Amino acid sequence: MRAYLLRRLWQSALTLVGVSLFVFVILRVIPGDPAKMLLPEGAPESAVQELNRALGLKEPLWVQYGIFLRSVARGDFGQSFQYRAPALRVVVERAPATIELALCAMLLTVLFGVSIGILAAVRRGTGYDYAGTVLAVLGQSLPNFWLGIMLILLFGVSLRWLPTSGFQGWQYLILPSITLAAFPTALVARLTRSSLLEILGQEYIRTGRAKGLGERAVILRHALRNATIPLLTLLGLQIGTLLGGAVITESIFAWPGMGKLVVDAIFFRDFPVVQTVLILSATIFVAINLLVDLLYTVLDPRIRYG
Amino acid sequence: MKRLLRHPMAVVGGLLLLAVVTASVAAPLLASSDPIKPSFSKRLQPPRVLGGTSASVLGTDNLGRDIFARLLYGGRVSLALAASAVVLAGTVGVVVGLASGVLGGRLDDVVMRVADVQLAFPVIMLAIAIVSVVGTSPAALVSVLALSGWVLYARTVRAAVLTIRQLDYVEAARTLGASDLRVVVLHILPNTLAPILVIGSSQFATMVLLESGLSFLGMGVQPPQPSWGAMLAEGRDYLSNAWWLATVPGMAISLVVLGANLLGDGLRDLLDPRLRE
Repeated sequence: MRAYLLRRLWQSALTLVGVSLFVFVILRVIPGDPAKMLLPEGAPESAVQELNRALGLKEPLWVQYGIFLRSVARGDFGQSFQYRAPALRVVVERAPATIELALCAMLLTVLFGVSIGILAAVRRGTGYDYAGTVLAVLGQSLPNFWLGIMLILLFGVSLRWLPTSGFQGWQYLILPSITLAAFPTALVARLTRSSLLEILGQEYIRTGRAKGLGERAVILRHALRNATIPLLTLLGLQIGTLLGGAVITESIFAWPGMGKLVVDAIFFRDFPVVQTVLILSATIFVAINLLVDLLYTVLDPRIRYG
Repeated sequence: MKRLLRHPMAVVGGLLLLAVVTASVAAPLLASSDPIKPSFSKRLQPPRVLGGTSASVLGTDNLGRDIFARLLYGGRVSLALAASAVVLAGTVGVVVGLASGVLGGRLDDVVMRVADVQLAFPVIMLAIAIVSVVGTSPAALVSVLALSGWVLYARTVRAAVLTIRQLDYVEAARTLGASDLRVVVLHILPNTLAPILVIGSSQFATMVLLESGLSFLGMGVQPPQPSWGAMLAEGRDYLSNAWWLATVPGMAISLVVLGANLLGDGLRDLLDPRLRE
């Protein structure tokens, strides 16, 4: 158990070093002079050279990477060109809005994905099953930017039931969350259905039924519990989908989170902010998936690693 | 083929894809209007079913360009980019996966770590960051799309290699003196083709989504060149008075993605019974 823990921690650390190296390399191939972006326009050439030296940009690449790693470890991601403030602060200020949206979408995903999956598996071959499958296939096929716009068209423009942009209360969360949740919900529904169908064919389920357990207890207590591991794995991996989907969803609904921030930052060529968002979201992804792996051992006593 | 016909959904998916691909390829024959030249006297005309003229079946956009023509020409771009990306991602992924599985050792470690790093980034975020640096040329877009896709092939092929190379027939080939390369190309690769085909078909759907997502954000194919994502983004400003502008390209994307997903599911059932739901 401890050996496994250490190995997973080591792997995660290695992945994060890779993430930082990758981001560093992308940012170094950007054409243009970072010092010129930081200084006011028309600054003398000597000042540009001076700042370049101060930023360490005259050093060999591997030294620059060392400097970069050290500052990142200290939480110094550079100054945002656009906001004239530390990039990390700019990003962290936007993080709560994205986290709120992602959590809400995750809640919808679990609630609807699992329910649709259970219904389809239990009523296999009936209208419920087909309806669930059609919904899942649609959820996987509709582009989220189109779904978002169609929701705006229906509930915002035609019916005028819900607000379509900004963030001033819970009703502003509804349309963006549905938009963001559609794709992962479809995946969860399909996985729940297929895992349950596999489990329901097993001996211990028959035993449960034979000893007179109600159908509800069989499904919820015995079958579903054994489907949690693949589900949890899928949900962990969907963190990436949610963070990535937030880029588009937030742009559509003018949601003031990290996704909209990164799109704006790219148009302003505000690379310190871009790099911060990239590193931060990769770190969140790695951390959550590490957590999911560790949860396996808690959820399934049979799994006791090395 | 007969077995394929027993999967009606796969057939429907295949036909959907075929229809859209054919229509896009035949764009110059099907659409008489210029997809790029503005015609301001004909701005925002509704589709024919909503009272428009038969000259522009799906109506015109904010610059008076025929939406049907733009849809077909835009389809050419989106589909070509997505297909090229799938081929590139597949080739790189298969080669890397084979090398990693066969050679093992340090190379294998490095490849798997690089794959982890790749997967840690949300795809679209990585894509827009790279596009902002390397630009939006078709080659750049295909590379960015492919970069997001190779890992899936590499991991699948690697896993297949690790299983297959233990099998008796591979051992037999080795005993008969077959070289490593010969074993890989003639004995291992053919047995990984089924999952590769399945991944490729589903991934085509992902690539179309990703490509149109990028153009939607303004970081894909650049105007005036038509692309489905950009058409959708332009239509967003006219939701209250010309809702068809955003609706039509979205339907086109959904149909292609739906077709590719259905085909992928069908192929999986057909070729790889172990992956069946």
